[in-house]
Amino acid sequence: MSTSHSGCEDCAFHNVNSLKKLGIETNKVDYVVALAGNPNTGKSTVFNALTGLRQHTGNWPGKTVVRAEGAYSYDEKKYKLIDLPGTYSLLSTSQDEEVARNFILFGKPDVTVIVADATRLERNLNLVLQILEITNKAVLSLNLMDEAERNHIKIDQRELAKKLGIPVIETVARSQKGIPQLLSTISDVATGQLVCKPRKVKNLKGMVESSVNKLAQEIEKQFPGLPNSRWVAFRLLEGDERITEAVVNKELLELV
Amino acid sequence: MENKTENSIVELASELRWKLGDNFHDRLTESLYTDASEIASAAVEMPGKERNYTLDSKIDRIVTSKRWGFPIMIGILSIILWLTISGANLPSGMLFTLLIETLYPALKNLSESIGLAWWLDGLLIDGIYMAVAWVVSVMLPPMAIFFPLFTLLEDFGYLPRVAFNLDALFRKSGAHGKQALTMSMGWGCNAAGVVATRIIDSPRERLIAIITNNFSLCNGRWPTQILIATIFIGALVPKAFSATVASLSVIGIALLGVGFMFLTSWILSRTVLKGEVSTFTLELPPYRPPRFWQTIYTSIIDRTLIVLWRAIVFAAPAGAVIWLVSNIKLGDFTLADQLIGWLDPFGMFLGLNGIILLAYIVAIPANEIIIPTILMLTVANLNLAGFGAGDGVMFELDSTMDTANVLAAGGWTVLTGINLMLFSLLHNPCSTTIYTIYKETKSVKWTTVASILPIIMGFVVCFLVTQFWYLFS
Repeated sequence: MSTSHSGCEDCAFHNVNSLKKLGIETNKVDYVVALAGNPNTGKSTVFNALTGLRQHTGNWPGKTVVRAEGAYSYDEKKYKLIDLPGTYSLLSTSQDEEVARNFILFGKPDVTVIVADATRLERNLNLVLQILEITNKAVLSLNLMDEAERNHIKIDQRELAKKLGIPVIETVARSQKGIPQLLSTISDVATGQLVCKPRKVKNLKGMVESSVNKLAQEIEKQFPGLPNSRWVAFRLLEGDERITEAVVNKELLELV
Repeated sequence: MENKTENSIVELASELRWKLGDNFHDRLTESLYTDASEIASAAVEMPGKERNYTLDSKIDRIVTSKRWGFPIMIGILSIILWLTISGANLPSGMLFTLLIETLYPALKNLSESIGLAWWLDGLLIDGIYMAVAWVVSVMLPPMAIFFPLFTLLEDFGYLPRVAFNLDALFRKSGAHGKQALTMSMGWGCNAAGVVATRIIDSPRERLIAIITNNFSLCNGRWPTQILIATIFIGALVPKAFSATVASLSVIGIALLGVGFMFLTSWILSRTVLKGEVSTFTLELPPYRPPRFWQTIYTSIIDRTLIVLWRAIVFAAPAGAVIWLVSNIKLGDFTLADQLIGWLDPFGMFLGLNGIILLAYIVAIPANEIIIPTILMLTVANLNLAGFGAGDGVMFELDSTMDTANVLAAGGWTVLTGINLMLFSLLHNPCSTTIYTIYKETKSVKWTTVASILPIIMGFVVCFLVTQFWYLFS
């Protein structure tokens, strides 16, 4: 863990006393935080650790099929936390994936916390990259660090943060490790003290790249300032009906 | 003008889509994978091949093997069931003593002392209170054992292995492999199982999973199965074996349900719901030692109490209805007697009887109250002396022997017992599940199919079993 354990003001632990778990009181909030990630990475455990709720956490993919909401207050600000269904990608049309991606897109969360399984990081990164195409305000919670250590997997947290362009926090949610740092980072991103510069997908080849760019330019012309024009272009090229509708009825303007 | 610019994006998109051909999705996915692997190779250091020899994969090699996969699955289910059956008796008896032997007379005395009208006293105490008390004393103990055990198994990571084992069978029957997971959820509660089908992306396969979820024996039906198996099947063998034989027959019914799930899926996928089987990646998560006390806590709060509350909410009005039909007289007979008289010929034709059919109508909101309803109606219908506390009073008998005596007096045989177990597996879903199916499918047609199909199967199966029974005896 990178944070020092001294009692200084900068230390994340300093502020943990200001965490109030508010359970299901989700009215009148200052910030909305979405919790996304692959199935079975401990999202619900992170959710419980932050809200004090005890949503059942099963050890099988697909446990959360509807989104759960909870709240907490940190540093005198109130946060609403939405636990999205765990998905491997946001590219198909199953209902759980649609719930997740519609919320990240249209729900405009102030921060999206992506919970990833440290023991299966490469696979988890597929979803991380897709989410970073949609939103700029994200934090990666590198969860299950204890299992990774047991399996002798070493992760260069700083290198990862640099490559992804978002803060990366190592956590072991089931024993609360890293939760204080996660809380302070969420607060930093939400308040704008920390600005992310997330990586956008590279390695698009030839025709694909030029098509995406051409379409994204056209989209930006009509929706200036849209933060995720490239992602909208991906979806349109895939023939996504929901996004096509959002283009036609100008719903996308609300996302600017 | 406005419209034209809007469509220009969509037009450009479809033009580009034509040029790109239909492998855009694959190419995009490929790029994502390349990116992910680039990042991972820069930031992650893996210990090489060592991981292949971890304990997890050793366990997996056994529990998902062709030879041991199924025996282990059935073995684990048997152990859970046996623990539930043998562990629930004592607390059930204690709750019964408290709620029915102590509190019920106390309430009766109280109502007498304040001079409550006889019909109000009957409706409130003999109807509603007794129904709720019965559900609590019979439902709570098995649920408080079954759910935590099942949850521990879930947290350990065994369920995806079940799905893995069953995947081939589900695919052969034209359904989605993830249906194994929704099936397991159904063993707890069918409504929960139906909601869980959202993890299946193809609408066709999801519909199959929704329609066939009712073949998972749900928590409301386990107690019925257990009691009837104890009385009728357990009694066929010497006492020393009766508990084991009864457990095995309940497992037999549960497995028969799985068989019907495959059969129905197979029929549906070859007739009205034709289509390709979709492939999916099922991740086998690492085994994790469950956090014992937290699991017990959450499963009792999240599952046991919620399911129990639902049962109580439905049992209360059902208790009132039972009391009313047993006390409202049409001519010389009560309404209950009339209804049973009408239903009896059809019931006997199926190898059941009118009381069972009436009980299943009364118990549409909650399967849990089948047995008390049947007993009460049997006693009231036969005017048996010395049993129960009067017309329309739901009661639990002191021992399974007494229950057996009442049922024998009602003309029950081993055949009736077997048929009741079969019919308990194969009948319409409870009203909550029906409503959930409607919410999930938003289709009256499929909700109707899902509700009617199992009951038709139940009629056919009971009828056939009865014919064979008479043929060979």
